[in-house]
Amino acid sequence: MWVEADIRIGLPAFTIVGLADKAVREARERVRSAITNSGFEFPQKRLTINLAPAYLRKIGPGFDLPLAMAILAASGQVEREQVEDCVFAGELSLTGELRPIRGALAVAQGTRAHGLARIVVPAARAREAALVEGIEVIAAGSLHGVADILAGRAEVPPLPEAVAEPDDPAVVEPPDMADVRGHAALLPAIVVAAAGGHNLFLHGPPGTGKTMLARRVPSILPPLARGEAIEVTRIHSIAGLHSGGGLVEARPFRAPHHTISPSGLVGGGAVPMPGEVTLAHHGVLFLDELSEFARSSLEALRQPLEDGRITIVRSQRVMLFPTRCMLVAASNPCPCGLGDHRCRCSAADLARHQRRLSGPLLDRIDVTVAVGRPSARALRDQRAPASAALRERVVAARERQLRRFAGLGVGCNAQMTPRMVRELVGATPSALRLLYELHDRDGLSARGHHRVLRVARTAADLEGSDIVGPEHVTAALAHRTDAAPQRAAA
Amino acid sequence: MTACDACLRRTDLLVAVSGSIDIAWRERRGRTARVLALPDEDLLGLDPATLSRYETFNAAFARRRIAAAELTAVCRCASGYPERLRELPDPPAVLHVAGSLAALLAAEAVAIVGSRRATAYGLEVASALGRAVTAAGVPVISGMALGIDSAAHLGALEAPGAASPVAVLAGGAETAYPARMRHLHARLVDAGAVVSEMPPGFGGHRWCFPARNRIIAALSTVTIVVEAATRSGSLITADLATDLGRTVAAVPGPVTSRYSTGANELLHAGAAVIRDARDVIDLLFGADASRLPDPQPLPPLDPAQRRLLEAVERGHGTVAELARTMEEAQAASRTLSELELLGLVRREFGGRYVRCL
Repeated sequence: MWVEADIRIGLPAFTIVGLADKAVREARERVRSAITNSGFEFPQKRLTINLAPAYLRKIGPGFDLPLAMAILAASGQVEREQVEDCVFAGELSLTGELRPIRGALAVAQGTRAHGLARIVVPAARAREAALVEGIEVIAAGSLHGVADILAGRAEVPPLPEAVAEPDDPAVVEPPDMADVRGHAALLPAIVVAAAGGHNLFLHGPPGTGKTMLARRVPSILPPLARGEAIEVTRIHSIAGLHSGGGLVEARPFRAPHHTISPSGLVGGGAVPMPGEVTLAHHGVLFLDELSEFARSSLEALRQPLEDGRITIVRSQRVMLFPTRCMLVAASNPCPCGLGDHRCRCSAADLARHQRRLSGPLLDRIDVTVAVGRPSARALRDQRAPASAALRERVVAARERQLRRFAGLGVGCNAQMTPRMVRELVGATPSALRLLYELHDRDGLSARGHHRVLRVARTAADLEGSDIVGPEHVTAALAHRTDAAPQRAAA
Repeated sequence: MTACDACLRRTDLLVAVSGSIDIAWRERRGRTARVLALPDEDLLGLDPATLSRYETFNAAFARRRIAAAELTAVCRCASGYPERLRELPDPPAVLHVAGSLAALLAAEAVAIVGSRRATAYGLEVASALGRAVTAAGVPVISGMALGIDSAAHLGALEAPGAASPVAVLAGGAETAYPARMRHLHARLVDAGAVVSEMPPGFGGHRWCFPARNRIIAALSTVTIVVEAATRSGSLITADLATDLGRTVAAVPGPVTSRYSTGANELLHAGAAVIRDARDVIDLLFGADASRLPDPQPLPPLDPAQRRLLEAVERGHGTVAELARTMEEAQAASRTLSELELLGLVRREFGGRYVRCL
């Protein structure tokens, strides 16, 4: 984005052109006050600011600082050479203080992409911008400070220390699988899901620990790679979820409420903003009470989950958001949640519940786990292994997958295309025979067939095996997601 | 088409006064509800405004509508009418049949009815009974409702050709009710028959459901109740079958389950106990088990498989209930899949295993 300022003789006026939105046009008042209050002079002439390229809509208060700098440079209060090759981003207060902005990382990446050398950002966002290598990041506190630094009258301040935020994952102990008692038997299936990036469905009565388990899935996923972490930081910064304290290190965990709208889930709005599925990029998207979500929301989620990205088209622009996340869904067996013999739901309630469950999303889920009420003894005695131990196995299995998929643009078994399933799974004839047997008897669909093979591949990866044998297929079969119940009720 | 003008006109009259019948039915609750046994004049008395419709009734038009819906009509004056229905004090004037009329004329027939809200246990028993009874050459009759009824039909369809299943509907026979059963409806029309007392296009009033139950009870020689709560409609079917002097039987359920209280009460009152299809055949033909294949002997199982199978039979159907540690869980899920491949257990939606019957 280029900001041009032109000052000529005429009646005092201040015009901004170039598809600026309300926040940018309001910048006139902020910039005028900030310049005056910083000890500079606001030129009492005819002032025109052009934001280029002119076809793009400009939004947000981040243009305050560049506008002010353009005016100062045009009126000769700042040397022109000093602002050349320099990117500015920041919101101004009336006194000339710099306020944090969203998306500093994205701006910094743009700086490097355009081959520019320096970027000036508000101090609170400097660490975030500094994640981009090869550019000079100048952390500034005020408009006056910016001018001083550029003119060489002041030292470039060091990057501020990371501030510990209350919700900083480094401060709060991340949840650990070892906290979960009485569910050790469910862990193999959850580890398989995590190791292969398979979407997971937790099915069981309320209060049995479905949410607790889901919250701990990120803790057994491999740590974020640097490239992934930068992507996550950028998305969260744009969405205003990031405190500016450097790289996001924990995998995101997003748990939207079931009343969420389709655009809240996949992104949208007049100015397209990332939805929950994008905020969960490289992390876990948890949908509790799956059957309560609007069908349209789940329908919208289908494509992004499949493609790993979503394209949002609005009148002015086309946005592409990444959506590579692991879906964890949970549901009660029936609306009242009590289960078989104590359930008070009518046949119609139950039928509706199952119809909604069996909807669009279920055939994107490879692994189903029946969560039950653990016995008192299990609650007392049983200890789950710590997440770190489970994560080691997951990481080892992921590394095998990465080696297998090198150069194929696929990161884990769950993303295998049908062709890759045929060519790369390495199932033995006896393993395939088992599948065909089930295929003939229970009408396992072709899609179900592939899903079982994908999960079997992960089970083999966890054991460090190159071939998928019958034992891996039987393990995968026990984790499969069945199609909607064919029967009337139940 | 063997339906006489008088019977078609009476059916049309039922449609015309169906709202009033609802009220009359409620007033004469229970067994005294013989509204359908009233002669035409008394039915007209329920709603005098219908007199002109009754007098100007056009039988040819009614026949055309029946033919357009691809139904066959048979009235109680005709010879193709199921004899057993004539034992009713209020036999339906016309039966509208989608599918084969002959399906209604079998020498024996078994009704399998039960709660719409059924448990996995009830559904498994209903479909196993439906399958085995059909395989023994006896048609299964039910009401195509959610739950037990449709499970029994689905079971019957798994033994193709041995006997023709029959569904009796409360509304028009050409339309699936409930609508989500349309696939089942189509399969039943192909394999057997879907029957209704009411003409095509009729949606069904409250009274039509107990009225439908009387047809199920009268068409069958044995009525089996699988899972019924205390106020279940299937108990009405059992009562009607008792009135007709037919055999009533029930499948015992857990005494702790509110979904089996009705069935267990029937047993307490002296209904025959049904443990498997063999008991049904014994009821029908005396102790003549030759119509049924011998129960499949268990295939050779290793100790782990045997242990898990027994646990599943006791109702411990999820991996969580069968294992305490990760290693045990891994072994258990493999063994469960092996048992499934052997056809001994079945995986339900959500990951619970139940024993196949």
